[in-house]
Amino acid sequence: MRLLAAALLGLLISATAYGAIDTYEFRDEAERERYRTLTEELRCPKCQNQNIADSNAPIAMDLRREIFRMLEEGRDNDQIVDFLVERYGDFVRYKPPVNAKTLVLWYGPVALLVLGFGVLATILMRRRRATGGTVPHTLSEAERARLATLLDKKDS
Amino acid sequence: MKRMLMLIPLAIFLLIAVFLYRGLFLDPSDIGSTMIGKPLPAFSLASLEAPERNVTAGDIKELPALLNVWATWCPTCKAEHEMLNKLAAQGVVVYGVNYKDNGDAARQWLKQFGNPYRFNVADPEGSLGINLGVYGAPETFVIDKQGVVRDKLVGAIDERIWRERLGPLYQSLVDEQ
Repeated sequence: MRLLAAALLGLLISATAYGAIDTYEFRDEAERERYRTLTEELRCPKCQNQNIADSNAPIAMDLRREIFRMLEEGRDNDQIVDFLVERYGDFVRYKPPVNAKTLVLWYGPVALLVLGFGVLATILMRRRRATGGTVPHTLSEAERARLATLLDKKDS
Repeated sequence: MKRMLMLIPLAIFLLIAVFLYRGLFLDPSDIGSTMIGKPLPAFSLASLEAPERNVTAGDIKELPALLNVWATWCPTCKAEHEMLNKLAAQGVVVYGVNYKDNGDAARQWLKQFGNPYRFNVADPEGSLGINLGVYGAPETFVIDKQGVVRDKLVGAIDERIWRERLGPLYQSLVDEQ
């Protein structure tokens, strides 16, 4: 029983603690907006699949503080992102830059799509050539007779 | 020609299979380090052992060394500690960064479990940690005698990692001089 109560309490605490909330005083609405964009676009290095805004990991808390500090200092978004990339690598960006390592990531899907269309076009062209350029849309006498018997059979 | 074309799906399958098979053995928590090949960032922070004295990056030089980031709140650091004691006893130079920790608790820990560190940098705010690209503990940097980072390990040093990865590198750095 005590265990259950503890578990419930734990659940309650974790529910309220979900979604990290800091109290930062921003100069104006624009700066608040920039802070929000930056913390949402940057990825927490510790927790892998959360952005810095959502994560409760200590490192995410520190990075939010750093971002706030740099905003206060008047650095622009690129400088702030560069600061973090310099330390944690491209991993912290949810939108990685195009380079040799990420080429497949950026253009792989497009390449596959083009390849798929290429294969489809080849198949269609072959089929058309095989049927002499026209698809027969009339039935021969024999086929007509066979169709009639099939339909009769179904009716009866 | 036709037969060659029929092999294409097999080739694609094999390519994807190799790709995914490799993925099975990658560690997603290892995001690499941008520090490798760069000198330690400049810092001036209190030493853990003697808080009235500041230590700087210049103090971690002249000898190849391990720079171990640890904290008393980190259970993996506890597991790693014996290994560090052992390495220090073998003559490996180990410095510590006491990361986002309470100084008293950290000093108590060293008294209790042994102190493998030449000295410890107290980094209660994690500011040095951020400059080093630290995102958890323990992490260990291998530093050459010029103070340049050569490798970084995320997670605990154990016998296998020392034998296969860090030990040979450390030895080669020692042999360089």
